[in-house]
Formats: sequence, C-alpha cells, structure tokens
Amino acid sequence: MSMITEITMIAVVVAIACALPGVFLVLRGVTMVSDAITHTVLLGIVLAFFITQDLNSPLLMIGATLVGVATVWLIETIQRSDLVSNDAAIGIVFPLFFSIAIILITLYAGDVHLDEDAVLMGDLAFAPFRRFDAFGYDLGPQSLWVMSVILVINALFIFFFYKELKITTFDPAFAAALGFTPLIIHYALMTLVSLTAVGAYDSVGSILIVGFMVGPALSGYLLTHSLKKMISITVLMAVINSISGVQLAFLFDTTIAGMIAVVTGGTTLLILVFSPGKGLFKQQLNQKRAHNNLNKRIETLI
Amino acid sequence: MKEDIAIRIDKLTVAYEAQPVLWNISLAFKKGKMTAIVGPNGAGKSSMIKAMLGLVKPVTGEVVYQDKDQQAVSYKELKNRIAYVPQNTSVDWDFPTTVRDVVLMGRYGHLGWFKRPKKADREIAKQMLGKVGLPTFASRQISQLSGGQRQRVFLARALAQEAEVYIMDEPLAGVDMKTERIIMKLLKELVSEGKTVLVVHHDLQTVEDYFDDIVFINQEVIAAGRVEDTFDKQTVKKTYHRDRNLGEGE
Amino acid sequence: MLTEIVSVLSDYTFQLVALGTGIIGLLSGVIGTYATLRKESLLGDALSHAALPGIGLAFVLIQRKELLFLMMGAIVSGLIATAIVQLITKKTLVKLDSALSLVLSSFFGLGLVVLTAIQNNPNAQQAGLSSFIFGQASAMLSRDVQLIAAVGVILLALVVLFWKEFKCYTFDPMFSRSLGFSSKLIEFLLSMMIVLTIIIGLESVGVILISALLIGPSIAARQWSHRLSSVMVLSGLTGFLSGVIGTLVSSMGENIPTGPVIVVVVSLFVFGSLLFAPKQGLVARRIKKRNKQKQFLKRLNELKEGHS
Repeated sequence: MSMITEITMIAVVVAIACALPGVFLVLRGVTMVSDAITHTVLLGIVLAFFITQDLNSPLLMIGATLVGVATVWLIETIQRSDLVSNDAAIGIVFPLFFSIAIILITLYAGDVHLDEDAVLMGDLAFAPFRRFDAFGYDLGPQSLWVMSVILVINALFIFFFYKELKITTFDPAFAAALGFTPLIIHYALMTLVSLTAVGAYDSVGSILIVGFMVGPALSGYLLTHSLKKMISITVLMAVINSISGVQLAFLFDTTIAGMIAVVTGGTTLLILVFSPGKGLFKQQLNQKRAHNNLNKRIETLI
Repeated sequence: MKEDIAIRIDKLTVAYEAQPVLWNISLAFKKGKMTAIVGPNGAGKSSMIKAMLGLVKPVTGEVVYQDKDQQAVSYKELKNRIAYVPQNTSVDWDFPTTVRDVVLMGRYGHLGWFKRPKKADREIAKQMLGKVGLPTFASRQISQLSGGQRQRVFLARALAQEAEVYIMDEPLAGVDMKTERIIMKLLKELVSEGKTVLVVHHDLQTVEDYFDDIVFINQEVIAAGRVEDTFDKQTVKKTYHRDRNLGEGE
Repeated sequence: MLTEIVSVLSDYTFQLVALGTGIIGLLSGVIGTYATLRKESLLGDALSHAALPGIGLAFVLIQRKELLFLMMGAIVSGLIATAIVQLITKKTLVKLDSALSLVLSSFFGLGLVVLTAIQNNPNAQQAGLSSFIFGQASAMLSRDVQLIAAVGVILLALVVLFWKEFKCYTFDPMFSRSLGFSSKLIEFLLSMMIVLTIIIGLESVGVILISALLIGPSIAARQWSHRLSSVMVLSGLTGFLSGVIGTLVSSMGENIPTGPVIVVVVSLFVFGSLLFAPKQGLVARRIKKRNKQKQFLKRLNELKEGHS
C-alpha cells in the first residue's frame, strides 16, 4: 500500500471512531466536557508511560482512559457543589491536568519519547512508520489497528445500547423511572470518549480530537430529524472530511490533522448556513414569513 | 375496604443534604380512583413522586405497591405496571426524533436492556397515538408540535406502557383546552377500567370536576380523602399559607 | 535553596518577565471576573485557540515577529470566532458547547496549517512563532512588557470609568437596558476587553492555557466574598501572585515552561479556595452539614419514639 493510502485509511478510521460518540455528546450538550477529556488523558498517558515505559502498552491505554473518566467525575462533583457555574468547572479542571502533563513532558523530555508538539497536534504523516508486526509479518500501521478496534467498540456500544442511549438523552427522568440508569449510560459513553481520545491523540493530537467528535455530528444534527439518519450522516461527513482533508494537506504540504479540522469546520459551517431544515437561512426565512403573516393579520384587523 | 388500596406510603421522610422536604408522610392511594396531589411550589410534590418511583432514596419510611394478588411489593418489582409522565420541561425538545418514536419509548420498560421494540410494540404505539387524537402526526419531528400536542404525545407514551398505575407530574400545565379535554377523557377511561391515576395538579378550580380523591401536601400531609369531603377553602388556605421550615424544628 | 531564590529574584530578566506575567495575571483576574460572572468562561477558551491563525497570518503579512502586529491579527481572528459562536447560538438550534468546540478546533487547526506553512518556507524571523501555543515567557522583551502595561492601564481605566454600567450589565442586562444604558456599547466594550486581556497573555502563557488564567483567579476570589469590588481586587491579586510565583518557580529550574506552571499555581489558589473558604467552602459545608444531620437524626428519632 502506498503511504497516502495508508494515511487516508487511518484518517477515515480515526474520524469515524471519533464521530460516533460525538453524536451523543452533541445531543447531550457535553462536548466541552469531551474537550476537557481530550486534554486530560495526556496526563494519564504521561503518568502511565513513566510506569510502563512503553507508549503502546495496553496498560497505558487503560490508565489514560481512567484519568479521562476521573476528569468527568471531578468536573461533575464541582458542578454539583454549586460553587461555580457549569462551564467554569470545566475551565478550571482541564488546564490543571494538562499543565501538569506538559511540565512533566518538558522536565523529562530527554528520557521520555513524547514530543509535546506531536502530542498536541498529532502527526498523521508519521503514523504509517509505526508498524504492527506479528510473527514476523508486517500487518500495516499500528494506529490503523488500534483505531479500528476502538471504532468497532464504539459502533458496538451504540448498536447494543441504542435504545438506552436514546432514552437517557431525550428524557432522563423517564428513563430512570423505567430502570435504565442514566448515570451508567453516561459514564459508559464518557469512558468510550476517553478511550477514543487516548487512541487518537498520536495521530490527531489532543486539541483537534474534539473537532473530529463535534463537527460531523453537528452536520448530522442539522440535516435530519431522525436519530438513525443523524448517525448515518455523521459517519458520511466524517469520511468526506477526512478524505478531503488528507488530499488538501498533501496538496499544500501541511499538517494533515489540522487540515481535516479546517475542512470539518468548513463543511459544518456550510451546512449550518444552508441546511434546508434547520439552517441559518431557513430560520431567517421562517422568521420573515411569520412576521409577514402577522402583519397581514394585523392589516385585516384594522 | 383494605383491598381498595393501590399504593401505600408509610412514614416517608425525604431530605436533601439533611434538609427535609417531606416529613413523615403516610398516605394511601385508592385503586381505580383519580387522585389529585395539590400543594404550593416547593411543597415536596415532585419529591414524593420521585420517592414513589425509586428515583430518590427516602431517609425513612417506604412506598409499597399492591400487585394483582394484593401482595405488597416495591416499585422495582412492579415498575412495568407503573407509567410515569415527567414534567414537560425536563425534556430536550430539539432531540432528533419523531412522535412515533417517543410513544414507542413507552414500550422500553417492558423490553428491558438490549432488546429492540417489535412489531407488536409498534402496533401498540400506533394505537395509543390514535387515542390522543394525533394519528396523523406519527412521523412529525417532536419540536414541531405545540405544547398541548407534546403533552398528548407524553400521555400516549404513558398509555403505551399499559400500566396499572399512572403517575403524572402536572400534565395540564400550560396546555390548550382541547388537550385538557382529551387528557381528562382518557384518564377517566383508565379509571373506569380500574386503573389508578395520580395527578399533580395546579388548577384548584377544576379539582371538583376532575378528581375522586385529593391529597393536600406541604411537606407534611395537610389533608387527604374524597374530594367532596376534603376540598374546602379552609384546607386550601391551610395548605398554601403555611410557612415553616421542618429542618430547624418548630 | 534560599540563596537560589535570592539570586533569581535579583536577576534582571526574571524581574522583567515576572513584571510582565504579574500584570497579565492581574488583568486576567480583574477582567476575567466579568467573564465568569457572565458565565462565559469557555468562550475565552475558544477565543484564545482562535487567535492562533490570526497570529500566523499576521506574520505571513509582515514577515516579522512584531508583537503588536501579531496581536492585531490575533484580535481579528479572535473576534471573528466570537462572532461565529454568537451567530450560531443565537440564530440556530445548536447549543453553545457545540458551537464552542467546533470553532475552537477548526480555528486551531487552521492555525496549525498556517504555522506549518510558515515553517516550510524558512525565514530567519519565524523562530519561536509556535511558542504562542504554549507561551514562552522568557522571550518577553522590555518593550513587550511596556505594551502589556500600556494595555493594562487602559483596561483598568475602563473598568473604573464604567464601573456602575458594567456591574449593572453583568448582573442584569435587561434591567441595565431599562435604565437607558446602551447595551450594545457595553457588550462590545466588555467583549473587547476580554479579547485584549487574552491576547496580551498569549505570548507568555500560550493559546491553550490562557483561558485558565482568565477563569481561575475570579473563581478563587468569588469563594471569599460576595461583593463585586472585593471579588475583583482579590481576583486581580490572585492573578498577579500566580504570574509572579509561576515565573519564579519556572526560573528556578531549567526547561520548566512558565505558562503551565502559572496555571498550576492558579489552580492551587482555586482548589484551596473551593475547599477552605469560610462559610461556603467544601470543608466548612461538610462540618455544617454534619451538625445539621445530627439535629435531623435527633428529630427523626424523636419521631420514631413518639410513634412507637
């Protein structure tokens, strides 16, 4: 396989893996919590690396995922205390974790093969160089395997818990009365977000992951009134964004993840403006029409 | 007349952060009756419902349901026989889902974890949507409905639960006349079929027309009984003009 | 250890940088109070990330690392991002958090694209441009500090001048409008002040962490007082101390990044305040709750005994 094919494949898999949980993050209005997670798993990665000394250890992935879940818990505990507003709670937790991670990385830069630039921005271009070898055979890029597994986990979760995800998102009080504990579903979703962030950080970088999660899901949200269609559109947009992002990045010889983030922002904004149902234009038009109708009725009154 | 009781609340105390919102409540809701739950804001009505649905853990006391064989059972054991309509405001109305889907959610409790709704479930959902007068709205997006229509969809969802007990948190808040008529007609039907209906209700003017029994609550039970015996000006006054904090003692 | 501190303290570069980060902390504390009171904490986060492409494009335009120009670029792209977020949340069904996440990541992505492009076309001046991501306080020059101080004086003057109007507007915009204050003007001034505060902190703290400096001090200060004036003074002081202490700690060792250390110091203030503030702090509340619980249980027992 050529390098660009491999990179495109990784990009597509990463994009879908991120976009799937993104659907429910957008619907639940907790995308900034996921942004916090993508920052704090870095601390998990660094700490776990000190112990395992191996960036590819499954133990490192589990440890880092747990730090992501702990972030959610800490944010929600502070929110429940009512001492600060919900968004401020997010804003005071993740910079601390992230700062400690950055300090550790720079302090031990010599010993740790963790580059702060790579962690932040990711480097899809280098992803094909890390190969997955088994029994002496080269089975392709490692991140392709890792992210494919995560993608399958995310897809299975949504498939099996579709009904539960739907009802706990739409009407948590009712769901709880039926016995579908919303808290369990919530933490399961957040665990998958953390796992996805841990898996994707070295190809996409911690800051751009949230865009991969939110953009396609938002496009889906704006284009349809059905949850199933929303999921399909989300996956489709993830594929379109990642493929065109890779192409453009090669064309302009620049960062691939960054370019995909830009394309994602661009397509989402376009849909936001022009979506036939919920777009900006349509909303304005509806408002104007309602206004005209009102005027007409007032005229007939007079 | 002991066999008439559907739900029994026994010495229930509910508190948040050691601040009691319900104090030592004992009540019995009769089977096959429509009961209004009345009280000012912050009187603990919603907390009582939450305790009845196992959503908050009481400090003391318990809520006991009677099953078909008149055995006392907890909410958990009977939850598929209990339908609940939460307050309109607790829901995300921009959620991408259709009216049909929302009604179908009423079947989720019977399905339990993992299982998908089957054809029979869809049939029931369709039938209930017809009952509330919205058969043509099935594939509409829920955000396109008016407040009254939304409330009827919620009622259809509760009907789809095919329960014995219906617990509704202010189903008539802010709805139009037509919706109010439809909802009350359907609730009366349920009662005539021997189902038990509890309604948190705000409009004191309609109490006498709509309900068999009434419970006045303000952190404690002020009065409870048949509407014609219990509903009078003095009790209303006592319920709504009472301002004391149970946490700090008398 | 002590002699080390003394030698660092008497170092000119340290004094300069500490003064710079101190002023930045002070301003973030004061102006950030408005941001957190208006529940716009995370808008600052999106805004600062969005400044990156502005910095890059400004550099492309003038091909020099002239702080003033780079800041102007940052202001422009920061304002565009804010406008997009506000347009999305006001005119569509999309929730604020989604709008923020989308704008934050796509602008940051654009910033990375521009910076990579600049790195691929070497120019002697480009070095250190990417330090805007994490900030590099040690790169601060004396004219940078002068610029920061000048902006600071203007911002503080505005706070004093419009004290009543800002206070009224953050507390109750509708009421403020009914009093005849132009809400558009106040809104614009406030946003502009928040943007400026973020921008002047970018060079030393970086786009990713500057929002923490904006949020942290006012959250910490809020735990100790309910009066806007004292919250603001405490917040400014907290910000100033965090800047100076953070710079000191990072100057003590080699290769310790200043921005993250400042954020850790701010966080210590925040979590310390959340835990130990009198009355509403978590520890104080715990004690109060325990007492209340005791009373509650006593009454409950009385109740049970009465019944039996």
